[in-house]
Amino acid sequence: MSEARPLDASDVTKVASLARLSLSDAEVERFTGQLARILESAAEIAELDLGDVSPTAHPLALANVLREDDVRASLDRDEVLSQAPSVNDRRFSVPKIVGEAP
Amino acid sequence: MSALPDGWTMVVGLEVHTELRTDTKLFCGCANNFGDEPNTNICPVCLGLPGALPVLNQRAVEYAIRIGLALNCVVQNSSFHRKNYFYPDMPKDFQISQYDVPINGPGYLDLPDGVRVGIERAHLEEDTGKTTHLGGTGRIHGSDESLVDYNRSGVPLVEIVSCPDIRSAAQARAYAAELRSILIASGASDGRMEEGSMRVDANVSVRRGDDQPFGTRCEIKNLNSLRSVQRAVEYEALRQIALLEDGGTVTQETRHWDEDAGKTHTLRTKEEAYDYRYFPEPDLVPVEPTSEFIDTVRSELGPMPAERRATLVSLLGEPTDAQLDQLLSVVEQGLDSFVVAAVAAGVNAPLALTRTSNELAASGDVVATVDAQAVAATLLMEQAGELSATQSKAVLQEVIVNGGGDPKAIAKAKGFEQMADGALDTILDEVIAAHPDEWSRFCDGDDKLQGFFTGKIMAATKGQADGKAVAAGLRTRRSA
Amino acid sequence: MSVFDLAQQVRTKQRRAIDVANDTLAAIDARDNEINAFLHLDAETIRSQAERIDATVDAGGDPGRLAGVPVAIKDNLCQRGVPTTCASKILEGWKPPYDATVITKLTQAGAILVGKTNLDEFAMGSSTENSAFGATKNPIDPSRVPGGSSGGSAAAVGADYLPLSLGSDTGGSIRQPAAFCGVVGLKPTYGTVSRYGLIAFASSLDQVGPFARSVDDAGILFEVIAGHDPMDSTSLNAPAPDVMTTINDGVAGLRVGIVPELIDGTSDEVRDRVVAAQEALVAQGATLVELSAPELRLGLAAYYLIAPAEASSNLARYDGVRYGNRVDAPDVAAMMTATRTAGFGDEVKRRIMLGTYALSAGYYDAYYGQAQKVRTLIIETFARLYAQCDVLLGATTPTTAFEFGAKTADPMAMYYSDIFTIPSNLAGHPAMSVPFGVDGDGLPIGVQLLGPALSEPTLFRAAKILESEAGR
Repeated sequence: MSEARPLDASDVTKVASLARLSLSDAEVERFTGQLARILESAAEIAELDLGDVSPTAHPLALANVLREDDVRASLDRDEVLSQAPSVNDRRFSVPKIVGEAP
Repeated sequence: MSALPDGWTMVVGLEVHTELRTDTKLFCGCANNFGDEPNTNICPVCLGLPGALPVLNQRAVEYAIRIGLALNCVVQNSSFHRKNYFYPDMPKDFQISQYDVPINGPGYLDLPDGVRVGIERAHLEEDTGKTTHLGGTGRIHGSDESLVDYNRSGVPLVEIVSCPDIRSAAQARAYAAELRSILIASGASDGRMEEGSMRVDANVSVRRGDDQPFGTRCEIKNLNSLRSVQRAVEYEALRQIALLEDGGTVTQETRHWDEDAGKTHTLRTKEEAYDYRYFPEPDLVPVEPTSEFIDTVRSELGPMPAERRATLVSLLGEPTDAQLDQLLSVVEQGLDSFVVAAVAAGVNAPLALTRTSNELAASGDVVATVDAQAVAATLLMEQAGELSATQSKAVLQEVIVNGGGDPKAIAKAKGFEQMADGALDTILDEVIAAHPDEWSRFCDGDDKLQGFFTGKIMAATKGQADGKAVAAGLRTRRSA
Repeated sequence: MSVFDLAQQVRTKQRRAIDVANDTLAAIDARDNEINAFLHLDAETIRSQAERIDATVDAGGDPGRLAGVPVAIKDNLCQRGVPTTCASKILEGWKPPYDATVITKLTQAGAILVGKTNLDEFAMGSSTENSAFGATKNPIDPSRVPGGSSGGSAAAVGADYLPLSLGSDTGGSIRQPAAFCGVVGLKPTYGTVSRYGLIAFASSLDQVGPFARSVDDAGILFEVIAGHDPMDSTSLNAPAPDVMTTINDGVAGLRVGIVPELIDGTSDEVRDRVVAAQEALVAQGATLVELSAPELRLGLAAYYLIAPAEASSNLARYDGVRYGNRVDAPDVAAMMTATRTAGFGDEVKRRIMLGTYALSAGYYDAYYGQAQKVRTLIIETFARLYAQCDVLLGATTPTTAFEFGAKTADPMAMYYSDIFTIPSNLAGHPAMSVPFGVDGDGLPIGVQLLGPALSEPTLFRAAKILESEAGR
């Protein structure tokens, strides 16, 4: 069980950047207050001693849901690209990429 | 192979991504085809459209288990996690991968020289789309616009993580080569590094002496050939040693190998490391292969490269170093079945190995469909002296191009009539008589003239003479 | 008229689907400028569907179980070629190139798909005030919220535009608005209705379900949309529960569990109706079992870590690259940030940040990891309860419909609206809200029936009794 320290503005700034959101100073302040309150109420479970309880990720105890390796029809490219913000030469176009993929 | 400066050793671990040879992608029924028209193999799932859900491809699971078994791994119950980071080639902005419980746990790989490299894990995950950078150099830097093709998005990958057991650049290359042969032999992957279906990252650190703790490591990305694996590891180790000998320190970071420049450069430092926020993928359920299923996969797995090399060695008896090199590459390319078939048909093993490692190996992808019996029949004709070496190679070319055929008919069609007995003797004598000066110098020991006479005789026989018979004829006449 | 009778009339040409369509359009036209239940509605498409259904009937065919029945669709379900926004600016104008499985099933059953209904942006909210396209009003009292997040679907049925609609329920988003709008709402067992094409909020909690004017109508719609779907790995590989065969079998011998954790904290009026509902079931032969389950109180906190964590990942894909809106910027990371910052509303941002935080290095164990363990506790608690009773009966919501703006300033106060509905989502169990009287202002009160996995037939039996007793 780990101890949770109170959330502050620097956490909110960091989390916003991880989530690709940009916040004004006023927003940082407002969200910090709100998130801190929510996390305060989450503290009641953060502090529980649940060492021997196993976590549940799924409400169902299913396993081995598999499909055959059979090709199915793909989508029509024109229909898909018609919904894209920017297209060039049959591909999705994006502005300059800074930095390689992880 | 260059050695490291005195007292220094390197510690290397490799992470290899290999695409699986399934018909469809990992989580959807789109075709898994390299080189198709951009954005034609896409659907709601692999395009990450809102509302789409993944369903796991059974064959991908089977192939992952094949790889695990071929690497002596523990095949175990596993589940999927989401690895969260934003990047335009990743349609959901998270990658579905395996995290704390991979499908294949610890195993090992034995290199041809007997060194054992531990395998930490071999897990399933999905590939990303492919990005093309416009403008600038065509690389990511200096480009103003990038274009994304999602045909590759969701293609099944197995990531094989080695233990840090590798101790030289040559060994890193040998590991990658052996792993590649194993992947091909397992039938799970085509191992084509040039098409990106096998990609290598290397973790490299150095230390003074083998009893020292590991140094700070750097991860090298973009190793697209066996040659670049060796060069990059060598370069990186030397770079780190130079840094340390100058009193500097190695910073933990990710570096990019520039094949043209022969250098690595910084991509990202540890401070910029991502927080991937892994958590269990709620749209997928665990994979729990039964022991019966694992046994079935095991029973369908053919012999691995080590066993196949041993077979060739036993066929050759006591192979020379040159033959060992040949058989290594023949097995690596999956061509050893031609040698085995030819020997079974009565061809002597050295001839079968030589023709396989030269003519067959040079023929590219078409070799996969060539009839081994037609190859064996050609070599039998050569062995019996019915075809000269040159003629045999020409007939083999036809056999390879056509995927098979009757070598006797091919030889006839090419006009490769067997030379009548005595015909070569007559031509030999005529050629010698026509060049008395050269002949006397040859008899005085000027061996360079062997080629001169052989060429004249080949020209006179339109290439039909057997090179060995010509050499033998010249030899007996010189010593007469 | 019941859905069963309406479909029967359309099938026998007593009533034409085109007339049903025109009547539905007229009802919407008369009132939806005020109520704002629909985000997208296309009269031509509605009429052409109706004409096809009539043509099938004319040709001697059977259009299906929902022949000519108009159904409204929550706007987080993908329908090919029809704008699907999740009430978010980031998806404004997006037309999916595919149908959700439930849409396919409705079409195959001969339903008229009427349009896309309003919701809290990405289903995050309990009042439909978080819609980027304006709030929906409660048809019973337009000064009040319809509940949320499926407020538009609840209001469309509550306003009597049509008999049926689809919603989705992640923490109460069907049951709470059903209670506020005086209609029946079911959150089915996780895995009984396909999620393929449901735009994910929190994947391990989301479930599609019906709104209806009556328990019978809800049962038919549930049976139409339920069933195994190979496109959804979390779909149960079992026949869908048959609720209609036993829906009138009554509650004799049914053990009804009463726990304070599903009642305490309500207004007095709500509490009185829950007690009245207990008595109604007992009057029909059920027995009450008094139990206690303090662990259920942990559900709210666990939910507000798990749901945002999953949402933070599910909503990452709205990055301006492949679909939806983009805000231009010089490089791709800045473009993604600008797009998301402009495209998402405050509640969505709040939950994305909360979830990102709960999953981030150093906090995972304390927050997300602990919440998953609490989820186990809640599943174990329900198992203990259901060893002693067949269903649980409690309140759907602490209060009746509140006024606009009453809780927008305080996220925690809004979250508290879901206190009674969340535990069923965490456990993957079915739960249903049934209208059971009104408060002093005439606002509807819903009572909630909960049961173990696949207990829908039992819930419908009990709901049918409550429905028949509600007016007394």
